[in-house]
Order: sequence, then structure tokens, then C-alpha cells
Amino acid sequence: MAHPYMANSTPDVQSEMLAAVGADSIGELFEQIPEGHRLSRPLKLPQALSSEVALQRHLGELLSKNESCQETLSFLGAGCWQHHVPAACKEVVGRREWLTSVFGSPMSDHGRNQAWFEFCSQLGELVGMDLVGMPVYSWGCAAGHAIRLASRLNGRREVLVVRAIDPERLSVIRNYCETPEMASHIKVTLVDYEPDSGRLDLSDLARKLSANTAAAIYFEVPSYVGIIDGQAAEISRLAHAAGAEVIVGVDPISLGVLAGPADYGADIVVGSIQPLGVPMNCGGGCGGFIASRDEARYAREYPTFLVSITDTVEPGERGFGLTLFHQTSYGMREKGKDWTGNSTYLWTIAGAAYMAMMGPQGFRDIGELILRQAHFAASLLGGIPGVRIVFPSHFFKEFVVNFDGTGKTVDAIDKALRAEGIFGGKNLSREFPELGQSALYCVTEIHSRADLERLAAAVGKAVRA
Amino acid sequence: MSGIRKYHAPVWSEPVITEMGRAGRRGVLLPALDETVRSATGDAQSLIPPGMGRQTPPELPELSEPEVLHHYTRLSQQTLGMTSISLFGTCTMKYNPAVNELMAARPELADLHPYQHPETMQGVLEIIHGLDLILRELSGMDRFVFQAGGGADAAYLHACVTRAYHAARGELERRNEVITTIQAHPCNAATAAAAGFKVVTLMLEENGYPSVDALKAAVSDRTACLMINNPDDMGIYNPDIKEWIDIVHGVGGLCFYDHANFNGVMTKLRARELGFDACMFMLHKTFGAPKGGGGPAVGAYGCSEALAPFLPTPLVVEKDGAYDLDEDRPQSIGRVREFWGNVPQVVKAYAWARSMGAEGLAEASDISVLANNYMEKRLLAIRGVTRSNPTIDKRRLEMTRYSLETMQRETGVSVIDVQNRMVDFGIDAFWLSHEPWIVPEPFTPEAGEMYSKEDIDYWIDVLARISDEAYSTPELVISAPHNQAIHKLDSTALDDPDRWATTWRAYKRKVLSARG
Repeated sequence: MAHPYMANSTPDVQSEMLAAVGADSIGELFEQIPEGHRLSRPLKLPQALSSEVALQRHLGELLSKNESCQETLSFLGAGCWQHHVPAACKEVVGRREWLTSVFGSPMSDHGRNQAWFEFCSQLGELVGMDLVGMPVYSWGCAAGHAIRLASRLNGRREVLVVRAIDPERLSVIRNYCETPEMASHIKVTLVDYEPDSGRLDLSDLARKLSANTAAAIYFEVPSYVGIIDGQAAEISRLAHAAGAEVIVGVDPISLGVLAGPADYGADIVVGSIQPLGVPMNCGGGCGGFIASRDEARYAREYPTFLVSITDTVEPGERGFGLTLFHQTSYGMREKGKDWTGNSTYLWTIAGAAYMAMMGPQGFRDIGELILRQAHFAASLLGGIPGVRIVFPSHFFKEFVVNFDGTGKTVDAIDKALRAEGIFGGKNLSREFPELGQSALYCVTEIHSRADLERLAAAVGKAVRA
Repeated sequence: MSGIRKYHAPVWSEPVITEMGRAGRRGVLLPALDETVRSATGDAQSLIPPGMGRQTPPELPELSEPEVLHHYTRLSQQTLGMTSISLFGTCTMKYNPAVNELMAARPELADLHPYQHPETMQGVLEIIHGLDLILRELSGMDRFVFQAGGGADAAYLHACVTRAYHAARGELERRNEVITTIQAHPCNAATAAAAGFKVVTLMLEENGYPSVDALKAAVSDRTACLMINNPDDMGIYNPDIKEWIDIVHGVGGLCFYDHANFNGVMTKLRARELGFDACMFMLHKTFGAPKGGGGPAVGAYGCSEALAPFLPTPLVVEKDGAYDLDEDRPQSIGRVREFWGNVPQVVKAYAWARSMGAEGLAEASDISVLANNYMEKRLLAIRGVTRSNPTIDKRRLEMTRYSLETMQRETGVSVIDVQNRMVDFGIDAFWLSHEPWIVPEPFTPEAGEMYSKEDIDYWIDVLARISDEAYSTPELVISAPHNQAIHKLDSTALDDPDRWATTWRAYKRKVLSARG
């Protein structure tokens, strides 16, 4: 029976093609593979579900075993955030033309290339940077590439990284920079944070910068523990004085209310694209961007695709093409800048539509809504006996909640919350033991006041239990 | 030659979105702020430290929802992609089943958070484990992970695993060389270099692959790993591959099989049985999940038991039908990317593999190789087309690299001109070749199992027609495309720092202001 995905799985078509080839059987065509290389037994795979009815039922049964953040009230964030994804974003990004596109010419892929350029353009407005590359796999990957880029720029082989960082992201950065056995490694030095505010410890930074050896400093606004560090300009000044590049990681959804990183001295900006119209997808919605000053010395070190607007041979007409393609690994193999491959480009289409629909006022509104709701939630939780907000001021959408005073572990609280249909914040107790039994809670525009009060009531009940 | 279709791309002269809109328009309204929340939190600006508030709003367009939808629908219409015929070689393009998109968009997947308790994600963990088992059976490897964000990222993951493996044995400082071939995908060389290895590149010999002697001369106790495709992008299979692996293992190195060209060998052989220690599959291509113009991609990475301790965490583990995430792996390299990968793509690949079954997978491989050989027969009858490595007369696998050198010499029409002309007939650009071009004026079509014989014939008919045009009216081809959304790019600005512009801000500053 012909398989619905394969037009040529009918015997007569195959006979026609075989006759044209001059072969008696398809098996003959594999003559290059020596007999001794071949699999000698049939594969043991589950029975094919070749009818859509059977396949859809099977997948539906499996997926229904999951409890989504639609049915369960969730306060999980930590690098993957539940923001509202406008229906129009879903419709745009689901168009088969983008979904299935391969890599055509600037003319045949004109629309997609324009959408890519529009993503980069709008992101450039948010972060205040003129040069924006096509995204890489994740925020951590973007940070890793940016650090390597900075190291290539100034020839130094150390990066100072704020210690209040997502351990997953730090692990990615370490994989991009180390290991020490390799001659080319970049040393990752952590800079401490102030225990009462969560801000970067400037004296620790000054100590570690003093040797003038750092290629770059990398810090985040807001930080992993949620803090908007008011010392950002001072951090940049200290780094620049030591000849280091300033790399800032940002959450782009905050940039309607927070200053663009260029305003406080960033040379290179990285961050996540997931908040811009991409569902969490169990972490599969992530992608990372890289932006910088539009100077040739930065551009010539980018490992990513750069899509530039340009003219066509028809006067007055515009098109879009890749600039500096040759310096990527596609052009230069091991001599290229890091490596380039398939990444997360489809999400740029969602991001372009998202930013265009939000506009400047949308970003301002969402920023203010999130800021206020997060602070409101923190004040409710902080009012529960034994519960403490660890860094109580100047946070954006995430904040650290400590349960030491309740005598309960985060795991115990989470278990009790799950029984109430709530996912509590991410447990930090293993990764940041100095914070005790703490969790990182995330509040966004999807939460209502009633949701926040329900959370506070459930936490109150859990700590009393 | 009769069946050439009329085709013309839509032309919308669509402005760049940053040029569109009117002050005050909105595409998204947010929930009104609750009065209790407002009064409890005071002025929003007071929640931001001094100097960190935004002073001037970002210069984003102001548009209504329908304007945005119209704009992006028009741009999508000006994107040919696989809405037509795209025999894009070295990528193994597949049909992306509609049902898989439908299922992956369900909230039970789209609205999952990776830090949910595993108890609340049993379905997705079961799917991930299920695909792991399928890929183990297809490759003979002992364990798969899906964290890598693409095929190149899987190659990087392997470079990291290689570092960890040799470091654990105290040999990393000495073992700093990775061997590959000039025909291996550039990412193999590039990721090895990015991970800190020195890259040793073997050249091809007359038979289409490097000789065993060349490999023997390259290996030593400095060899960390061999990273290689097989078949390569010319459709040529290296019959000495087992001996190669023995040689590399003999000096203590690892062997990585980049399965970018898996269709030619799918179900026919298993990487582990050839002796490879690790391999990579691209789920966004080979396993039916969409390529999306360049991702979300997944590099499924599989390895032997000996390398498994170094895999990135977390690993999905199964015990008595219950699924969990294992983080407690002390020798793990950690992460090459946050979370566990592009999960919807993993689900789509699982669905595709389940819909095919063992027989379907075998047939897909058969059809792709049959279609390639069928194409070859017809393409070589076209004036100006020759095949790479003409002395190798064995049948190629799922793709063949050709050359238009003859045409270029005889008519002045280059392979890029031909590529541009083909899109005039609703055929998307073919793949030329990875760098460096060993074959002059190269092109590499790959028929795969999705396109019908009629589609493949149409593709060939169009190339035949363009060959006629090249020999009769070369200007027509050189000035192509004529039926596309835009005309050929004037690419002189693209590599000029004074004129390149990856954002509208840069374009305004550098180009528009100069033009007044």
C-alpha cells in the first residue's frame, strides 16, 4: 500500500524509474555498500502507525498525560517564561511557506529574508544596537559566542561572569570557553553578588579586573535572581577602563520600561528570543540573539548569519542578502568564526510579528504590568509568616522567595502547591546553597490578581501544614 | 519539454515594517491593571533603580493586528521554499506531515515548562524516550540525547564529549587533533576547532575519498577523534570505512559519524556496527520535522556506553514505565544549550518515525536512492551537465554532485545564473556545494522520497530548458530571475562596512541619510 508521505511508493512508478535507470531491482542501486557493512537482520521497531487516525490517537494519548501550564497555574521561569503568545503570531509562524522553507536565493526567499531583517531591525530598536545577527540556539549559546567574539577582538583569554547566573547558562558558557587543557581556552572567573541586594559586588569586580586581563565582563539585566542592577553604568565604566568588552544579557520583554543596554555602556548585547511570541514548548521555544555596535571590527567576528538590506538591479527596489557570509564556518571551515548551522530562525518570524503588534506602547504597558504584578505577588508572599523575599527591591518579573523561616523545604512547598493545581517557582537550594531553601518565582502578564492571591493562599496553607 | 508551467511570484512591493503604521495604533492590548495592584505598588518607575528606566521609547512601528497579519502573509507569499519543488541536496528534505504540526501545537506540549515536576510531564518524557529507543535501533548506539540545537551543535556536543573523554583519561593535553576530510560538512572541522582541537583535513583521491594510507599518515597518539560523513555529498560511499575506524581506534581516537546523509544508508547499516563511537541525526530534516528556514533544529546525538557518562544532562530515564530526569551524572559535560532541546521537533520526529515504521523507513531510503539514480540518467543527457568524479561508475546513493563547468565555458552562464533562472519556473534554488568547491560550478540536487516522479521530471525538464536557453540566449539566463518577487540583488553593498545594514536603524543612518 502506498504510504501517504511518499508519492513514489507505488510499484508502477518504481518500475518505470528502474527501467529508466537500467536496473532490475532497487537493491542493486546500493552496490557501493559492501556486504559486510550491512545490517543482517530486520530492524526491531514498533509497528507502523501509518494511518493518521491511529497516529493522532497515539500522540493524543501520550500528550494527555502531561499537565500544562494552561490548566495548572504556574510561577516557573528561570530562562523559560510563560508570556502571552498572540494568536496572530501563531497564525503567521505556522504558514507553510516559512515552516518548510529550506534556503533559497535572495529572490525566491525574499519574503522570509525581509521578515528576518524586520526581526533584527525591531530587536535593534529595543536593545539600542545597530548590528543584529540571526539568532543562535539559546541565550547561553549567544553569551558563549559573544564572549568568544570579545576574546577574538582583544586577544585576551578570560571572562568575568556574574555569579548570580542561571547554572544552565553558565554550563553552556563553560562549554564554549573551557576546558583548561586546551590551548585556546578562555578562563571563566565568577564575580560575586551582594548577599542583601543581589547586585553585582563592585569591589569583587574591581579586584578581579585589576590585572587588565579580562577579554570581557558578562552580566545580566535583569539578573538571574531577578534584579535590575542600578550599577550597570558603573560596571561598564570599570570594565572599559580595564580594556574589557561589556557584554550584557537582557530579557527583551523588559525593554519597554528598562533602558536599552547601549545606554549604560554595553558593547555587545545577548538574550533570549523566547519571550517575543514563542510558547515555552517545554524549553524548546528558546533561542538567543546577539547584537552589537555596528562597527566593522565587531561585524567581522560574528559567527552568525547577518542579513543586510540592499538594492536590486531594478532602480528603487530593495532586497535582502547575507553579509560577511564567507567568514562563517560555511565559508572558512575550521578557520571560520566559531560555527554556524541550522538554529532557531523560524522563531524570528514570530518575534517580528510580536514586536510589530506590541509597538512602543505595548512594550511599555507589558513592562509596567509585569513590574507591578511581580511586586504585588512578592508583597503577598513576603507577608506570610516565615516567608522572606530575599532581594526585596528592584526586580522585574522574577524574585527569590526563601522558606527557611517556615521549617519547610522548597520541595515540600512545591508538593503541597501541586496538590492545589499550582507549580511553584524553580528550586534554587541545590544550585545556590547560600540562599537556603529558596525558589525563583516568576510573574508575568498572564497572571491575574486572583491568581496571585490564590498562590499566596496556597503558600500560606503549605507553610502552616 | 511540453509541460513547463507558467509561474510568477506575487509582487507586493511590501515596505519594511519599520516604515509602516500610524501613531497610536495597537496590535495587542494587555489586561487592565487591577486597581488593588496599582495602589499597592505605587508608581511603576519607582520600582526601577535610578538611571535604569527607559528614557525614549523604542522606535517600533505602531500597527493594528490585521495590518501585521496582512504584511506577514504577503511576505510568506513571497517565499517559495518547499511550497514548490526544492531538491535541496545535503539536507535530505522531507515532507513535514500536517498532523504533526497540529499535535505539537497542543497546549499539553506548547505550554509545558521544562522545570515542571517530572510527574506532570510523563507523556512528553515517554515520547522522548520512545524516540531514543527508535534511534538506538537505527544506529546501534546505546543512548541518545536531543539537547543539541542543530546538526552542527551535535557536532559541537561531540567535540565536548571528546574533550571530556580524553580528559578523564588524562590524555587531553596530548590528544589535540581531530581528523576530518575535505568532503565532510564544514561544521565538523569548525566545531572541532571551536572546542580547541587542531583540525587535520584529508584530501580526496581518484576514487572519491581519501586513501587508507593518507589516514595512516595522519593518525598518531595526538589523534582525539575522526569526524566524518559517509556517503559524502557526492553520493560516494567509502568502502574502507571499517578499516578507517580500526586505524583511528588503534591509536586511541574516537570515531564520530555525521549522519547528515542518512537517507542513503537508512535501515541498511548501523553506525555502531561499523565501529563508530557516536553519531548524529538531524531531526529537523531527516526525520520529517520542518527545517523552518534554519530551525528550530535538533541534532540528535547518540553514543556508545563508554561515552554515555559524559553526555549533557538531564537524561530522560525510564523505570517500570515511569519517566524521570537524571541530573546526577558527575562526569557529564553539563549543557551545550539550556533545557533538553527543541521538544516539539522531537515529538514531530517521533511521530514521523512511528508513522513510517521499519518498512516505511526502508522504503524511504530505497525511493530516495532510486530517484537519485533516475535523475542522474536524465540529467547527464542535458547539454553542459557533467557528473563529479566521472571515473567512478558505481551507482551513487541518495544524491550526486554535478558540474556546469562545460556550460559555463561554452556559454558564459554560471551555475548561479542557472539557479536564479530555475526559480522563474517555481523551483526553489538548488544547493551548490559546501566549501571549498572541489567540483567547479557545482550543484547537488537531492530528490528524497517526498517528491513525485512527475515533480522530479518537471525539475529536470526545467533544467533542460535552461540549458537550451544558455546555448541560445544566454543573456536571458544571466539576467534572471524575471518572474520573482524582486530582481537580482545588487550585492556590491553587502560586504561594504559603509553600506551593510542588518537593521533599519543602520540603514537609515548609513544609506538613507547619505541619499538625502
